[in-house]
Amino acid sequence: MTTIAPEDTAREAVFDATVAADERIEPRDWMPDAYRSTLVRQIAQHAHSEIIGMQPEANWITRAPSLRRKAILMAKVQDEAGHGLYLYSAAETLGTSRDELLDKLHSGRQKYSSIFNYPTLTWADVGAIGWLVDGAAITNQVPLCRCSYGPYARAMVRVCKEESFHQRQGYELLLALSRGTEAQHAMAQDAVNRWWWPSLMMFGPPDDESSHSAQSMAWKIKRHSNDELRQRFVDICVPQAEALGLSLPDPDLTWNDERGHWDFGPIDWTEFREVLKGNGPCNAQRINRRRQAHEEGAWVREAAAAHAAKHGKATR
Amino acid sequence: MTTPRPAETAATAAAAAPRPGDWPLWEVFVRSRRGLSHTHAGSLHAPDAEMALRNARDLYTRRSEGVSLWVVPSAQITASSPDEKDAFFEPAGDKPYRHPTFYEIPDGVHHL
Repeated sequence: MTTIAPEDTAREAVFDATVAADERIEPRDWMPDAYRSTLVRQIAQHAHSEIIGMQPEANWITRAPSLRRKAILMAKVQDEAGHGLYLYSAAETLGTSRDELLDKLHSGRQKYSSIFNYPTLTWADVGAIGWLVDGAAITNQVPLCRCSYGPYARAMVRVCKEESFHQRQGYELLLALSRGTEAQHAMAQDAVNRWWWPSLMMFGPPDDESSHSAQSMAWKIKRHSNDELRQRFVDICVPQAEALGLSLPDPDLTWNDERGHWDFGPIDWTEFREVLKGNGPCNAQRINRRRQAHEEGAWVREAAAAHAAKHGKATR
Repeated sequence: MTTPRPAETAATAAAAAPRPGDWPLWEVFVRSRRGLSHTHAGSLHAPDAEMALRNARDLYTRRSEGVSLWVVPSAQITASSPDEKDAFFEPAGDKPYRHPTFYEIPDGVHHL
């Protein structure tokens, strides 16, 4: 045990008071080491998820059914890259570097959201990802706009603004399929069947098993519990599915008048843990593709640096 | 006062000559439309000013959020220290007479 210096106790009191007053902690403020490391872990995982999340959808860019859909999908995948960059910048304000973050992603020492370890088997998956995966992400992210750490909260404001286009384009895509031919309708339903449960798992383990939740709530990094957000998402989705003319793959889904919420069936957490451990359908593929992209992009980074060095000399 | 960035990390990132993967950090300021001032939008890495501008366009104005961009090396920003914030800004604290609400004006007096 190390003893705590008196000036740290005073600083901690200022930190606690700032968080209690719902004010933001900014990069150069004193903060507890555990607060800093929790944020680095969470923001890094979030940034990595955005970057890895480009892959499942990018698979469909060349096969988009129309120029309109192709332009939309390219804009969306570009947005995901942008979101990753906002978040990497926010993580760097905590004293970590971009290279370190990428190294940790490539070596598997930092994680990304398990949802991106599922494959995109049909075009309808692009719609299901937009509607359900981005929808779940928005439900998670809106409260993060009020996170106690300023740079993270500001990044989330930008991300949330841009995400709503992602969700709507997905919904519109599914609606077009659902109202199309019988085969198109079946394709949309199949995609929803496959993405529904993994989307519910995006909110993380149940509250009584979530190891980081209580402390994150106390620090106002998190504002709502995993189960609370999951319930909110289910309640939002049920009428949206109905309007789509598609069903959600849960026979236990029933309206509970007493609670004022939709009851839903048990989640298969064994599957979640397997995917988390690296045994999902695409874990290896995603990381290999990411490493390959980084290595194959090396010449661009080198060329840009060489140009900057040459140009710098010429003008000095 | 909020500083866009911890000067400590910014300085280490920007002081060295750019190497691949170790590009300096730039702060990005966006003027959203004519008549408004440039506002801090965020930061990015780039090997030089020209690339920083191009990256800033792609990263911060994908939806026509700006009509003008500034990029500034983060290391060039001098910031007040958060530790001395009370002492540093204290001189303004006891001068309420700098605000119009400090003065009492009789009822019925207009345009004042």
